[in-house]
Amino acid sequence: MTHSLIERAAEGTPPGIAQKLRGLSDRSIAWIFVAPTIFLLLAVNIFPLIWTVYLSFTDYRVNRPNRDIEWVGLANYERILGDAGIWSTMQATAHFLLWTLVLQVLIGFTLAYLINKKFRGNDMWTTIIVLPMMLSPAVVGNFWTFLYQPQIGLFNYAVGFVTGKDPASFSMIGDVSLAPWAIIIADTWMWTPFVMLICLAGLRSIPDSIYEAAECDRASKWRQFWTITLPLVLPFLMLAILFRGIENFKMFDLVVQLTGGGPGNVTTLSSIDLKREAFEKWRTGYSSAYGVILFVTVFGLASIYVKALNKVKER
Amino acid sequence: MSYSITEPTARVKWLAGGLVVAYALITLVPLLWIIATGFKSGADSIAYPPKVLFEPSLEGYVNLFTDRTRATPEMLEAAGPPQNWVEQVARDQGQVIAGPSRFGERFLNSVIIGFGSTALCMILGTAAAYAFSRFRVPLKDDLMFFILSTRMMPPIAVAIPIFLMFRQLGLSDTHLGMILLYTAVNLSLSVWLLKGFIDEIPVEYEEAALIDGYTRFQAFYKVVLPQAATGIASTAIFCLIFAWNEYAFAVLLTSGNAQTAPPFIPTIIGVGGKDWPAVAAGATLFLLPVMVFTILLRKHLLRGITFGALRK
Repeated sequence: MTHSLIERAAEGTPPGIAQKLRGLSDRSIAWIFVAPTIFLLLAVNIFPLIWTVYLSFTDYRVNRPNRDIEWVGLANYERILGDAGIWSTMQATAHFLLWTLVLQVLIGFTLAYLINKKFRGNDMWTTIIVLPMMLSPAVVGNFWTFLYQPQIGLFNYAVGFVTGKDPASFSMIGDVSLAPWAIIIADTWMWTPFVMLICLAGLRSIPDSIYEAAECDRASKWRQFWTITLPLVLPFLMLAILFRGIENFKMFDLVVQLTGGGPGNVTTLSSIDLKREAFEKWRTGYSSAYGVILFVTVFGLASIYVKALNKVKER
Repeated sequence: MSYSITEPTARVKWLAGGLVVAYALITLVPLLWIIATGFKSGADSIAYPPKVLFEPSLEGYVNLFTDRTRATPEMLEAAGPPQNWVEQVARDQGQVIAGPSRFGERFLNSVIIGFGSTALCMILGTAAAYAFSRFRVPLKDDLMFFILSTRMMPPIAVAIPIFLMFRQLGLSDTHLGMILLYTAVNLSLSVWLLKGFIDEIPVEYEEAALIDGYTRFQAFYKVVLPQAATGIASTAIFCLIFAWNEYAFAVLLTSGNAQTAPPFIPTIIGVGGKDWPAVAAGATLFLLPVMVFTILLRKHLLRGITFGALRK
């Protein structure tokens, strides 16, 4: 398959001026330039995908390499979809996804809106706000467990200071009802800047002339916001939601370091569950099917979403 | 300055500025706390109420770079006076140094794998982006699909076959394996970004060079590359930051030899209880370069993030 694609690449390339001069022809340059990239993408991106799909139909276990691999058909899929545990992790993922998106969109858009008021020094403050999203989620997530310590943790102290509660009386990562919020807060702290940056690009793309025209028509600021600003930023905002949605659906590093999925299973997001199945229980075939199901879910949701996004853009 | 009706009033600016600065300061607290905790003594780090002012100590950094064992006062007595200040810091905690820790190695692995994969990704990516930009290549339209598909698959799911493949090829837990893996993960997005930068360079420059007797390769090397330099640099920063921060693949595919810092730092434990100053010291050394980088290169970085997300 590689071969024919590259062949076609070479054929699709018109004979350029260079070919008539000396040196390599454009076709061979196109060949040489694209081949290593295609090879690597096939070997490390596409091939594992196909292999995962194959493994999902077998009962293969990595920790028993000498056992015969048996083709089990759809048995893995049936077991996963019939497993109540999967649905509880899906619920945890949905809860995490929903609230991180809501908070990040609200805060991110508000910040972008304020920064777009072009006060002095807005560049510098934008950079400072962006810092968390540049950092390693695992390292930062690990440190958040320190901030969340009852009594000695800075987060608990701050909450206690504001609300008058005893900082030792609650544990963000130890309490079943608080842990889902602990990961939402940390993720929101880390990734709101991304939504903010995309919204800022959207706000800056709106030409002043539109507002000037609205001003001439005596439209109120309030009306300008709802009829100009929001509709024009909406496609950007939706794109930011798409990227954050995909990322947080497969969230692993930050949360696994923060709560490890606990207490109990309340913060066991899909990726964490998948990691347990694949690399702790070593149920390779089963977890491959799990991975495929997750992939199809994101793919399906994203496709529907992109259709909606395109409709918004066309308006 | 010309008067504009769309320019916000001074009062609006003050209010907006005040709110943004307030948010920025709050968002900065966890980062400042990491840096501060790195310079606290063990006792200060777990003090209640949390200490904002404290006597700086190098305990965290000494503990980060050494392995220690607890020693009784008699053992300390018998060991003789400390050889240097590092040992002194350990003795003050009632411990003796058993040897260097693995942090240095892990940090070096991060540097090797981060820069190695970034360099490889830039070499392959620039070449491919040039071909995609200048020649008619059928895969062009599938590129977005590549990017999206690699983004949608949870890394853990792909890690299974990669784990098997690496084991077969003898690449498990090697620097080369991780470099190839991170290169491949970054490659589709890099080609995508780089193609955008190269598209902006007028074809006429190369045609002029070709007519002057340059070969196509020379034209690429001497005309296109220098003009795409800023674009290449900002793409490289993204690859580097990704490889630097990556955790899922690193924790699953490496253990002894090629493990990078992100899976290692959370596993730092002190002698008897979690040693938070040492963890914070490691985190500081690991995160600070990225923070400084972000502040110094903010123009390119911020443009790159929006550019990468919004191009389609």
